[in-house]
Amino acid sequence: MTQKDARNKTWRSLDELAGTAEFQRFLEAEFPEPASGGTDPVSRRDLLKVMGASLTLAGMTACRTPAEKIVPYVRAPEDLVPGKPLFFATAMPMGGFAKGLLVESHLGRPTKVEGNPEHPASLGATDVFGQASVLTLYDPDRSQVVTRVGRLSSWMTFLAALNVAREEQHLKKGAGLRLLTGTVTSPTLAEQIRSLLAEFSSAKWHQFEPVSRDHARAGAHVAFGQDVNTIYRFDQAQVILDLEADFLGWGPANLRYVRDFTAGRRVGQGPVAMNRLYVVESCPSITGSMADHRLGLRAGEVESFARKVAQRLGVQDASPGSPGPHDQFAEAVARDLAQHRGASLVVAGDQQPPVVHALAHAINHTLGAEGRTVIHTDPVEAMPVDQMQSLRELVGDMQAGRVDLLVIVGGNPVFTAPRDLAFAEQLSKVKLRVHLGLYEDETSALCHWHIPEAHFLESWSDARAFDGTVTILQPLIAPLYGGRSAHELLAALAGKASLSGHDIVRDYWEKHGRWKIFEESWQVALHDGLVAGTRLPPKRVALRAGFLKESLPAQKPGRGLEIAFRPDPTIWDGSFANNGWLQEMPKPLTKLTWDNAALVSPATAQRLGLHNEAVVELRYRGASVRAPVWIMPGHADDSVTVQLGYGRTRAGRVGTGAGFNAYLLRTADEPWFSAGLEIRRTGDRYSLVSTQHHFSMESRNLIRAGTLGEFQKNPRFAQQVEESPPPGLTLYPGHPQEGYAWGMAIDLNACIGCGACVLACQAENNIPVVGKREAGRGRSMHWIRVDRYYEGPPEDPAIFHQPVPCMHCENAPCEVVCPVGATVHGSEGLNEMIYNRCVGTRYCSNNCPYKVRRFNFFEFADWTTPSLKAQRNPNVTVRSRGVMEKCTYCVQRINAAKIEAEKEDRKVRDGEIVTACQAVCPAQAIVFGDLSDPNSRLARLKADPRNYALLAGLNTRPRTTYLARLRNPNPEIRG
Amino acid sequence: MAETERDPRTIELREPPVLAPGHSFASVTDKIGGIVLSRRTPRAWMAGFAVSFLLVMILQVAIAYLLARGVGIWGIGIPVGWGFAIVNFVWWIGIGHAGTLISAILLLMHQEWRTSINRFAEAMTLFAVACAGMFPLLHLGRPWYFYWLFPYPSTMGVWPQFRSPLVWDVFAVSTYATVSFMFWFVGLIPDLASLRDQARHWFPRGIYGMLAMGWRGSAIHWRRYEDAYRLLAGIATPLVVSVHSVVSLDFAVAILPGWHSTIFPPYFVAGAIYSGFAMVLTLAIPLRAVYHLEDFITPRHLQNMAKVLLATGLIVAYGYFMEALMAWYSGNRYEQFMMVNRVLGPYAWVFWAVMATNVLAVQACWSRRVRSSVPALFAVAMLVNVGMWLERFMIIVVGLHRDFLPSSWGMYYPTIWDWATLFGSIGLFLFLMILFVRLLPAISIFELRQLVAKPEYARSKT
Amino acid sequence: MAQLFHRSANTIARASILGAVLALAVTGGMLWALYRSGYQTEVGVPRQQPVPFSHKHHAGGMGIDCRYCHTSVENSSYAGLPPTETCMSCHSLIWADAPVLEPVRASFRTGEPLQWTRVYRLPDFVYFDHSIHVNKGVGCSTCHGRVDQMPLTWRANTLLMEWCLECHRQPEHFVRPREYVFQMDWNPPADQLSLGRRLVAQYNIRKLTDCYTCHR
Repeated sequence: MTQKDARNKTWRSLDELAGTAEFQRFLEAEFPEPASGGTDPVSRRDLLKVMGASLTLAGMTACRTPAEKIVPYVRAPEDLVPGKPLFFATAMPMGGFAKGLLVESHLGRPTKVEGNPEHPASLGATDVFGQASVLTLYDPDRSQVVTRVGRLSSWMTFLAALNVAREEQHLKKGAGLRLLTGTVTSPTLAEQIRSLLAEFSSAKWHQFEPVSRDHARAGAHVAFGQDVNTIYRFDQAQVILDLEADFLGWGPANLRYVRDFTAGRRVGQGPVAMNRLYVVESCPSITGSMADHRLGLRAGEVESFARKVAQRLGVQDASPGSPGPHDQFAEAVARDLAQHRGASLVVAGDQQPPVVHALAHAINHTLGAEGRTVIHTDPVEAMPVDQMQSLRELVGDMQAGRVDLLVIVGGNPVFTAPRDLAFAEQLSKVKLRVHLGLYEDETSALCHWHIPEAHFLESWSDARAFDGTVTILQPLIAPLYGGRSAHELLAALAGKASLSGHDIVRDYWEKHGRWKIFEESWQVALHDGLVAGTRLPPKRVALRAGFLKESLPAQKPGRGLEIAFRPDPTIWDGSFANNGWLQEMPKPLTKLTWDNAALVSPATAQRLGLHNEAVVELRYRGASVRAPVWIMPGHADDSVTVQLGYGRTRAGRVGTGAGFNAYLLRTADEPWFSAGLEIRRTGDRYSLVSTQHHFSMESRNLIRAGTLGEFQKNPRFAQQVEESPPPGLTLYPGHPQEGYAWGMAIDLNACIGCGACVLACQAENNIPVVGKREAGRGRSMHWIRVDRYYEGPPEDPAIFHQPVPCMHCENAPCEVVCPVGATVHGSEGLNEMIYNRCVGTRYCSNNCPYKVRRFNFFEFADWTTPSLKAQRNPNVTVRSRGVMEKCTYCVQRINAAKIEAEKEDRKVRDGEIVTACQAVCPAQAIVFGDLSDPNSRLARLKADPRNYALLAGLNTRPRTTYLARLRNPNPEIRG
Repeated sequence: MAETERDPRTIELREPPVLAPGHSFASVTDKIGGIVLSRRTPRAWMAGFAVSFLLVMILQVAIAYLLARGVGIWGIGIPVGWGFAIVNFVWWIGIGHAGTLISAILLLMHQEWRTSINRFAEAMTLFAVACAGMFPLLHLGRPWYFYWLFPYPSTMGVWPQFRSPLVWDVFAVSTYATVSFMFWFVGLIPDLASLRDQARHWFPRGIYGMLAMGWRGSAIHWRRYEDAYRLLAGIATPLVVSVHSVVSLDFAVAILPGWHSTIFPPYFVAGAIYSGFAMVLTLAIPLRAVYHLEDFITPRHLQNMAKVLLATGLIVAYGYFMEALMAWYSGNRYEQFMMVNRVLGPYAWVFWAVMATNVLAVQACWSRRVRSSVPALFAVAMLVNVGMWLERFMIIVVGLHRDFLPSSWGMYYPTIWDWATLFGSIGLFLFLMILFVRLLPAISIFELRQLVAKPEYARSKT
Repeated sequence: MAQLFHRSANTIARASILGAVLALAVTGGMLWALYRSGYQTEVGVPRQQPVPFSHKHHAGGMGIDCRYCHTSVENSSYAGLPPTETCMSCHSLIWADAPVLEPVRASFRTGEPLQWTRVYRLPDFVYFDHSIHVNKGVGCSTCHGRVDQMPLTWRANTLLMEWCLECHRQPEHFVRPREYVFQMDWNPPADQLSLGRRLVAQYNIRKLTDCYTCHR
């Protein structure tokens, strides 16, 4: 069922459903305490039967099948039709900010996450973290019991202990009580904390995120003298200058920004216009890969570049400093920005110092961007603070022994806190330490109490999006491992342990919702996945006069190498370290899996005599770690980028021991970059696994790209580089085409290479995780991969992305060679792979020119872990050892839609079927549809002059085709 | 040995004779039959048996582990989906060609020098085909469903996919195996009979007696025998060509650069005979040494085989040349890259090794001195064996590891289990071979008798 | 020397050759039969159930419509098994204290679901959808047989792939007008073929022999 009609039909709030005792019992029955039946495979099997998931044991036809039980309900929950999924709206909070989701649920088991089209931060898309969240939900390594100094305990015992501490604190007004949370945007949680602080007047609340937005906030302070939340309207911008802001890659609004940015690059027929993107950055990012002009600068040099641009645009006191090598570039950029007053903007990255943000604000001001391409609002956070400072104070208090009771709500500060704060040591000075977390991690190891946290798919809560829009999070399932939400812990801290998360959130909105008819608005809010009218209104802010005088230009970036810290593109700050999907997903640019590395430019590598996989010792401010080197074309020279989040010691079976811990080098005063790094070669070698070894296209026209100018001159340039044989040029008779003709078009001009499609496919199609060693042998199972190619000089290459699913060739080379007909051609043009017929000759894969077929060399799928079985999509076979598999165009979705249509005696509507990769894509680069319908969106794309087939010369006649990539360089700048 | 009288016919024949002079019916029968019946088993045999048996055990372990864990224990992956297993398969099938060729084709061409090598050449064929037949099964992801490749009325209501060369393989190989066996067995009958008659102990008599199927050597028996034998020869002859042609289609039918080539069938057949004869030499030389059969496997045989080796070697070399030429001439980007990658790529060493062994080494056979030097021939034969294995590696692995999309290029690193299966299969082959020479007449007794009967040998009796 | 074998050995030899050939043929034939036999397919084997539920009584005798219990058969892939409460809706009044029904009442009391024994089982790589079959005029009895005459339910058809294909290849032999789908005693008319052809056109039934129709 596609999410569209899901929303119309069956997508309703879980609230009353969850209310019924029957449903609760059902959930309990389905997911009992792991101690009891939960781990017993038999009961698991029976349960899966009743779910109509047809997840029965595969029996060989040769032996009699064992007698099986089928188990009906005792009382059937209303509106729950076995075999039909329901969709519920909720949101995923990350770094405090919400991204809206629609979650598919099969008889109470959330199996797949989609974006919520209504939600401003999602618009129907999700990022890789959203897709992978459902795996974290079922992760068997999540903490499952309350523990006291490592021993089993219970929530009740904890409450008792907590009450004692509460009484103590009451006496001293909570002088010894400290609360440590991440960024909080949840109105309910904020309210709870406020009332807690009211109760304990001298208690303190600290917030800390390892990947914080402190600098943006501080920058706003410098420029406007107040906390301001800045929103960019990339859809309105024709010229964009990006100062190391990977705005497509991460941040609370990145999905929205991707949509807006790519909207500005779409070229259809008619008048063609495209925005132009300048990126200045040290380490290539996916945003940089979309740039029309990319300038590799050390992070420390970005400021002076910004000043030069600012000065040329007439910003007061920009103090550009002495002329440098990139002045012409700055000149041209400035002119381009100026020429598009009101339709241009400058965006600064969170890891750039406040002054760069201030400069960006100043430039945007002079460009008249406010209100047009840049919008300011009040801050979204409940209480914006300088989090690094906040943590510093906490550590100070701990050191001074002023802290008796520290409650750590989520997060893993022991692992993520800057080295120089020595958080771990000072923590030991706290009398009673409580940690709420999804895993028993580094932090809980040092706490007295560890409370299993309820996953956001298991708990009631609320959170704000980048523009303030509130979403009420509703649980898809009762806590699998008896976890508690932050709200419940806070309530316990306030002595109201009896309150359930549901009551707490509902009460808050009853009080503060200001809704006429509460019940109705509540239902609507849950149904839509957002609370109407909570978006923050635009706000006019004035620049402080001469603020730039105060912030003198940074002295020349110190000699020696620069080290830059970045959150990891797939495991973020380390909180996703135990998620196999994210670990195995190739990083967008390096294509590394299961590891992080010290990224250096080719020139620097040569200068220091480094090669890929060479282990070096990174010495920085008295600390040192050993890290493998990976050479990154386009990286700024004399700079080393390391990703945070790896090197976990207590992540779980998946994440522990992968990569090296870059936090060990991080300091509080320069959390993002600084000079003064030393590299020592160790002579050791550490094997890194990259899924793509060869980065040149060997001039094979795989990705066809041109400039906007070339395109205007000759729209068909992409089709003329390789001629494809005329139809019917094959010995075999053509396939009878009846009814629909499914096909796909992928717009390389939109694709940003984020890889969300890879994970969406993995979640939808029960694709197993194989691990580092197998991935190294070329055995990753991803059905769609994103190929990345470089073109041009290694110091500054053009970067291209190309998602490659099965091409569903009309003359498929795989079909003719299969001896048993396990891969055959369907009447609707699908290249069908039949697992249960496959004997595993692998001939089809050898003969596939696109190498999109994946083989189960071992029993890769996990057939034993009960919780993982519950995650699986019941409409897709779980493949066993020795069979080939590949992209099916999400045939389960096609069939579902066709069946619905046939029952209603109509044809499937255009856009009714949305493949998993298409649904997730924030850039809407992937379009699936029916070629036989000339008016379908797909048919129009296929008629586009940019449309071309990959390896067309082989006469495979792929149903999946590509739209050529376009670049829009500034004629003033050569190269 | 008494010196032979000057006789025009014997003077004509400048090469050494196909049968050393001075043999009578009895001497032939004793010498060969004796190996099986009377003579005590030589040490060399024991040693060989021990070694090959050990290897067979290794093979067993490798197969057991393979079935338990899956083909992932090998070095294969994507893009290189076929590794040692298929290399070995093609290699063994190739080796399995000499036997039938010698027996059938040379028989029809009245090459009497075939007589003393055809028997064990045929046995070799059988055992090689057995080894080969093992691999297509083992390399399957789900070997227990191998029977789906056969057309039978299954409850699924579906049939094999007859456009696939793998299905053709099933028929080609199984037919070949059957016919070669028949041919070999029919050829054995008269000798089995004479073993029956020679044997003293009741047990061998019983066994050989049964196998001899009541052969009494009456005139009518002989006539039927001759008909049957020639008939089988006639059937076997086209198979020699067809089998390896079909095997070559596994590759020629695919669209992969380095596989997709029309020259493959003849080029594979030549290669097969080439490796076959190399293997015959590698077996014949130790055999005649161990059992002192220099009289029957004379320098004449060795020389002729060397000539065949040279001839087929040249055809193979021509095949290599044509591949390169066509890659260049096609003007096809991928073909050209394939060739360059073969010669200069990461697997260049394989290519040059193949050139050294299959093309260069065999050229030594131009010289009469090499042809008549047993150690030299043995060395050449060994090199060719290795070379032909490497050639298949070059075609399969090097062809696969870099195809159309550079993004999915990769390498192939064999694991310990790959090696175990390779040497294990060699062990199995030797094991069967060694049992054969011990239990059955390794040289056709009655055909040698027929030779002895011929005047130019007969007259040289003392 | 003495003859090794008696003359009769020749005949024995000939016979054994012939016998081998025959033996092969016979084993083949037997295998063919075995795989299609009730032993393998469980056709006509009544299944013991925790409660001896009789379709004969309920569907046949009482004439209760299939959909009364199998509620989702028309709109979901899964026909649906009645929850205990459905049974109790009648049996709280009729046979309210019949000992045979104790498990049902127990289930209702304790909330422990009844555990029925599965009769119709497809392998998990087969994706069958009841709703579309029912909507295209495939009657219940076509696959499930005269359930209304089964005291204890048994499998009426082999469920072998070749059996599915019979209909998927030539639906016209089996389809019936939609209104008769749930009618147990519907018998194909003499002119089934012409009727079938008409319905196939009318219901726009395509010959669904793509593998992806059932396998994914």
